[in-house]
Amino acid sequence: MSLYQLQKFLYDINRDVRVQQEFRGDRGAVLGRYELTDEERAALERGDIGLTYVLGANGQLLMHFAAYLGMPWPAYLQAMRDGVARHGPVRAGVYAMTTLVDEKVAGV
Amino acid sequence: MSLVFAGICSHAPGIVGRAAMADAALREPLYAAYGRLRAQLRAARPDALVVVAAEHFANFFMNNMPSFAIGMADQYRGPIEDPAWLGIARQQIPGNAALSRALIGEVMQTVDVAFAEEWQFDHGIMVPLHFLTPDYDLPVVPVNINCQGPPLTPLHRAWALGEALRRAADQLPARLAIIGTGGISHWPATPDSGKINEAWDRQLLDRWARNDKQALLAYTDRDTYRDAGQGGFEIRTFISVAAAARGRGELQHYAPIPIFAVGCTIAVMNVAA
Ligand SMILES: [Fe+2]
Repeated sequence: MSLYQLQKFLYDINRDVRVQQEFRGDRGAVLGRYELTDEERAALERGDIGLTYVLGANGQLLMHFAAYLGMPWPAYLQAMRDGVARHGPVRAGVYAMTTLVDEKVAGV
Repeated sequence: MSLVFAGICSHAPGIVGRAAMADAALREPLYAAYGRLRAQLRAARPDALVVVAAEHFANFFMNNMPSFAIGMADQYRGPIEDPAWLGIARQQIPGNAALSRALIGEVMQTVDVAFAEEWQFDHGIMVPLHFLTPDYDLPVVPVNINCQGPPLTPLHRAWALGEALRRAADQLPARLAIIGTGGISHWPATPDSGKINEAWDRQLLDRWARNDKQALLAYTDRDTYRDAGQGGFEIRTFISVAAAARGRGELQHYAPIPIFAVGCTIAVMNVAA
């Protein structure tokens, strides 16, 4: 169930400028409103895109969150690859990685 | 009147947001094809543009996910994404609540749709509008299909939605254009971004252009996921347009552009009786 909560957080912050502003000021306060595991909470609190990806976050949600965090496109893709290299394959959802960790299909 | 124009196009965010990273030799012919689509759309003199788009978890979520939703507002906002990231400034986009309401009322006679008086457009609608109505001077009726949160809208229901939209359009005095936006094969927002199955795309486009209902509805989500990625689920939007237009399609542009993450597609379909 908590992957649902993790994605609900992403959905909420992606949609709502007020949540975006609040998260900039106090990440813990915003995340406290969601029933997350310690691993999920820590990943979101430090903006760890790689681990959040491995936990199964929907790519559309994650992509916009990464943009909000100011990550350029190549950095976003690399963060996910690094996450898989470090934590193993994506654990849930339909946004699994099917290419190799060092395979850059679009050159980035 | 009725439906006066039908087409499909890609909506990947990179098409605008990563323009500078693309090879101009690939980018410019695509942009020119969007320009031709815009000209054809304008020549049809529509009163409003129905955009059949794919859910990206921008407006609907798994707490209450409709198979279909249609916007019913006089104004929409977008993009929901960071404007600098998408390369499109935030703005108001005109809608037509009365027209939407009439359309929804007719569609509901055969297909149960959710309606929404609030809607924030994401790249799935903003990228097409950026090219097709850059002055945001044509009222838009957004239509959403769940291509994102399984269980997904069945393909035959996407077809039924297209039929219902057509039947509704035929009842209304307004001149409506319809554009379906999505896919085709792609693995968006993942490290696979840029992977494109051109053979699969061309087969889908061939089925679409022939308006072969049986072949279009023969895809299974399992096969689509394997061959065309999670982005391939967006073929639903193309299927709805084929059902609405009932005609034959003309592929005007197709080119895989990895940095845009998709086989970039522009096609029109004649509206048959
Ligand atoms: Fe999409």
